[in-house]
Amino acid sequence: MERTIQAPFTKETAESLKAGDYIYIDGIIYTARDAAHKRMIETLDEGKELPVEIKDTVIYYMGPSPAREGRVIGSAGPTTSSRMDKYTPRLLDLGMGAMIGKGKRSKEVTEAIVRNKAVYFAAVGGAGAILSKCIKESRVISYDDLGTEAIRELRVEHFPVIVVIDSKGNNLYETAVKEYSEE
Amino acid sequence: MRKVDVTEITKNVKEMCIEANHFLSEDMKKVFEQAVQKEKAPLGRQVLNQLKENLEIAGAEMIPICQDTGMAVIFMKVGQEVHFDGGNLTEAVNEGVRQGYVDGYLRKSVVKDPIYRDNTKDNTPAVIHYEIVEGDQVDITVAPKGFGSENMSRIFMLKPADGIEGVKESILTAVKDAGPNACPPMVIGVGIGGTFEKCAVMAKHALTRDLEEESPVPYVRELEKEMLKKINSLGIGPGGLGGTVTALAVNIETYPTHIAGLPMAVNICCHVNRHIHRII
Repeated sequence: MERTIQAPFTKETAESLKAGDYIYIDGIIYTARDAAHKRMIETLDEGKELPVEIKDTVIYYMGPSPAREGRVIGSAGPTTSSRMDKYTPRLLDLGMGAMIGKGKRSKEVTEAIVRNKAVYFAAVGGAGAILSKCIKESRVISYDDLGTEAIRELRVEHFPVIVVIDSKGNNLYETAVKEYSEE
Repeated sequence: MRKVDVTEITKNVKEMCIEANHFLSEDMKKVFEQAVQKEKAPLGRQVLNQLKENLEIAGAEMIPICQDTGMAVIFMKVGQEVHFDGGNLTEAVNEGVRQGYVDGYLRKSVVKDPIYRDNTKDNTPAVIHYEIVEGDQVDITVAPKGFGSENMSRIFMLKPADGIEGVKESILTAVKDAGPNACPPMVIGVGIGGTFEKCAVMAKHALTRDLEEESPVPYVRELEKEMLKKINSLGIGPGGLGGTVTALAVNIETYPTHIAGLPMAVNICCHVNRHIHRII
């Protein structure tokens, strides 16, 4: 099932997404990976405010290569999500709407996705060039000193993702592999 | 004796870093084409087609194939008749990496210390594997390694009694544990024998083999074919989203080892298996 949705999106939209859906995202998403997540959690521990509004926000685990002159962004494919697992349940409990990455998530993350009716999307790992062309605007909004790991606000158009873990906890990595496994 | 100025090395390493990140070698492209034809899962085919288009756009518009332009891994086979002039060879190699990554708009993904993690801002130092060989040539392979797949790689210190079945099981374990994290379809490099570090270097070196080549050792050649088939029946598929093409190749290197050991390493690479080879 293929469909276009606007980001950020509501819990109602999130609940309508099923594991295996091929989705195109239009709208605003934010990048954050290892170092930014560590800082955000430290910020929360200090009782301070996050540098980005977290409610309903779509976070994209990505650190781009440098942009050539006249270009919005360099190569921009997903990084491995499991490295952010440690920080994720807390952000989900604060209202984070969805994550885009690639690879498996932990049991704790899956449980947090289900109790918060969030969604986990995979973008195709290694498709950095093609994904960069779906990013129409990019600006660093926080943690500039982190370079490629800074928090960037991206305006995306027709950004292709696949629903891997839906709000009910169905996991495409598990079900699809079973379908094709000869074991 | 043949004199080689190290600036020649710098120039070539720079060009190879940039080329490796924008164009896959011909053998990789060919195997990828075959994969698109072979994949049975509709979503798997969609993923492979997206990756194929990605390769075309990367080369045409000079956008790196993957944003993880890797830590530079370089194999240098130096002919023993070669004398290097004009400076320190290792520094010259690193200068080539520096220029390639800075001038080539490649990502700076190297931190100075594994615990304190300040970015070195120029993707140096490289990891260089030197070998002294006969002759007067300098044989360079630049193989930037992304860490999505690197992080899924494994070493197994098997017992001799574990034998070839132990080897097969270990390869499958590494691949199954990697799953979607290593951006399938994967290329699997395996090193069997030697010592703890030797088998790992062999596994990395195996990834740089031209995919048209097979092992010269008959039983190893058969093992490569068998493991590729076994891996492709795991169902992991492109992007780990299910399918029949989980790996593009399994390359195995072997070396003599100790009577008490059977060390083996599985170096997993994703489908962006970058290796550029030049002889200077």
